[in-house]
Amino acid sequence: MRHIISLLMENEAGALSRVAGLFSARGYNIESLTVAVTEDPTLSRMTIVTTGSDDVIEQIIKQLNKLIDVVKVLDLNDGKHIERELMLVKVKATGVYKDEMKRMCDIFRGRIIDVADNSYTIELTGSCSKLDAFIEALDRSAILETVRTGASGIGRGDRILKV
Amino acid sequence: MDSSAHAATDSQAKSMTGADIVINCLNEEKVKFVFGYPGGAVLHIYDALYKQNGFKHILVRHEQAAVHAADAYSRATGDVGVALVTSGPGATNAVTGIATAYMDSIPLVVISGQAPVPAIGMDAFQEVDMVGVTRPCVKHNFLVKHVKDIAPTIKKAFFIAKTGRPGPVVVDIPKDITAHVADFIYPKTVEMRSYSPILKGHSGQIRKAVKLLLNAKRPMIYTGGGVVLGNGSAELIKLAKALNFPVTNTLMGLGGYPATDRQFVGMLGMHGTYEANMAMQHCDVLLAVGARFDDRVIANTKHFASQKRTIIHIDVDPSSISKRVKVDVPIVGDVQSVLSDMLDILAQEESQTTDTADWWTQINEWRGIQSLDYAYSDTVIKPQYVVQKLWEVTKGEAYVTSDVGQHQMWAAQYYKFDKPRRWINSGGLGTMGVGLPYAMGCQFADKNAQVACITGEGSIQMNIQELSTCAQYSLPIKVILLNNRYLGMVRQWQEFFYENRYSESYMDSLPDFVKLAESYGHVGMRITNPADVEGALKEAFDKKDKFVFMDFVTDQSENVFPMVENGKGLSEMVLSPLSTSRLKGEQ
Repeated sequence: MRHIISLLMENEAGALSRVAGLFSARGYNIESLTVAVTEDPTLSRMTIVTTGSDDVIEQIIKQLNKLIDVVKVLDLNDGKHIERELMLVKVKATGVYKDEMKRMCDIFRGRIIDVADNSYTIELTGSCSKLDAFIEALDRSAILETVRTGASGIGRGDRILKV
Repeated sequence: MDSSAHAATDSQAKSMTGADIVINCLNEEKVKFVFGYPGGAVLHIYDALYKQNGFKHILVRHEQAAVHAADAYSRATGDVGVALVTSGPGATNAVTGIATAYMDSIPLVVISGQAPVPAIGMDAFQEVDMVGVTRPCVKHNFLVKHVKDIAPTIKKAFFIAKTGRPGPVVVDIPKDITAHVADFIYPKTVEMRSYSPILKGHSGQIRKAVKLLLNAKRPMIYTGGGVVLGNGSAELIKLAKALNFPVTNTLMGLGGYPATDRQFVGMLGMHGTYEANMAMQHCDVLLAVGARFDDRVIANTKHFASQKRTIIHIDVDPSSISKRVKVDVPIVGDVQSVLSDMLDILAQEESQTTDTADWWTQINEWRGIQSLDYAYSDTVIKPQYVVQKLWEVTKGEAYVTSDVGQHQMWAAQYYKFDKPRRWINSGGLGTMGVGLPYAMGCQFADKNAQVACITGEGSIQMNIQELSTCAQYSLPIKVILLNNRYLGMVRQWQEFFYENRYSESYMDSLPDFVKLAESYGHVGMRITNPADVEGALKEAFDKKDKFVFMDFVTDQSENVFPMVENGKGLSEMVLSPLSTSRLKGEQ
């Protein structure tokens, strides 16, 4: 099953490689991994999207907690949560595509953030599945380039991950 | 940052170089021995070391041996072992030692030199990314980038190495900062928001465990290296005695429970005794203490799970629980603390034991198979016989180190360890070549002790250069070489699983070990006749101040039994011919 794991870790050199190394050394899947500093500059927050059986997820959480630099780990799937991912898509904007791309962008509530002679760059935010759906909806030959950030996640309401 | 080590408020802090700070930190930690080898990047540290007389530096002949010796020193004493190596090849040579300690959870601090800070990343001479290289085989590691960080980092390194589930910590120190100057203040305490091991077990869980134990019909206690490392042996003995339950130890756990005790059923696992493996498979309540259900211990997990039993698991590392085998009552905590809480709760119970008479009858029937019996010969030396005689001659009191292979299994099976921290071997990583440096570490730990290194002619050659170190420090180690001219365990597998195709497992062109030992000023002995084994051992151990290298020429075709073949279930053992006929006789 797909899980979103959030964690806080010391913002120190090499901390990211400890997490990435753990996943590769133990053969765990990583669908995406995002990391950036928090409002407290000594802490980084990471969101990892992974898949595995309940036993594997339990081991992943335990192994992450075992890393000396990791301060807190939370499996967002244990409760209600929100996930968002940002995608930038460069698409053809010539001939029929010019209107078609504008319309698709509006349907998915994206924004065109760059217009060039032959292309648009569309910014789209949402759950991973929404971004997947947008890609599916587009004519493949119209896609010039895509870049995705990977998911960031946060618990709903009172579910707060903080030191 | 609140994860820093708190500095003592000492207004009289002395200003000194980074190198002097390193030395002072080690002396603050009351380190007695540092095992190391000098080189360019640690020259400032070696210069500072020259001028101090707090700890003694032991010069090895290869960095791998430095780490192994520090590792054995820790296994024998319980203190943190310390090694010091230079950058680049010095650091990479240390990696096998570090990985060996990591797999067996041994607390070490390994200080490695590094290229100067401005040269890092420039492919400098003897530069290697030590933090990157060791990341998968350390509990934690540090690259120190400023002289003022040296003391707090070393303080943290010792704290992390010895607390919780212990393990090796690497501190990589660039050369330039060991020349820089800073005030030396050694922090008194460490507080880390990201690291606080759980030591006290959950009382509700412990209560539940005691209830289960008291209701068991076929109970079993299975303990591992955690009991030895966590100093829980005394509590374990009390608990087992109070309950009258059978006890088995893993390879790493030997000595955690006295091997000569009636309740001890021997080591379990791939080469465990028939009774230990059968009892493990058929018990109804299993108490696992400081053990991790390793593949060499419980074999095929599906087969193990096919027999229903309730499992209680005590371990300081939560990730060891329900990793290979699902457990019913997990208890995270320090083994000693949890076991003594268990004893307290047990004392409050109305009845403090349960009827295990039928279970013991069954176990004793299994014992009757005598799975460690072997055919003695008066023409060729049987390796098992040498270990048995070694046990007699040393009265079971020696520190015994081993390398890896058949001799290791025979040492574990036939030397009856009654005390913890006497059996020193590489269980997890299975590192050939540890035996001799391990013996060095033990001899430094206890200079008057009898130290025996049981080894094979393959393993001993992997760190044979340490014969020189043993000469330099006059270490009266006794090497017990079980020389069968084969990589015995490889040969055994080739016999069983590869139709006797002995691919590259014959050890050709062996040195004359007697002459080799003598060339270092040691005593060499060659023993070829079974009748001479006991006398030779007595003669060797009578030479109390001499290093004696004993080359026992042994049976080439002897195999280790019992054996659980790869992929098979724990109770599906191949027994020795003698035991097999006894088993058939019973049926």
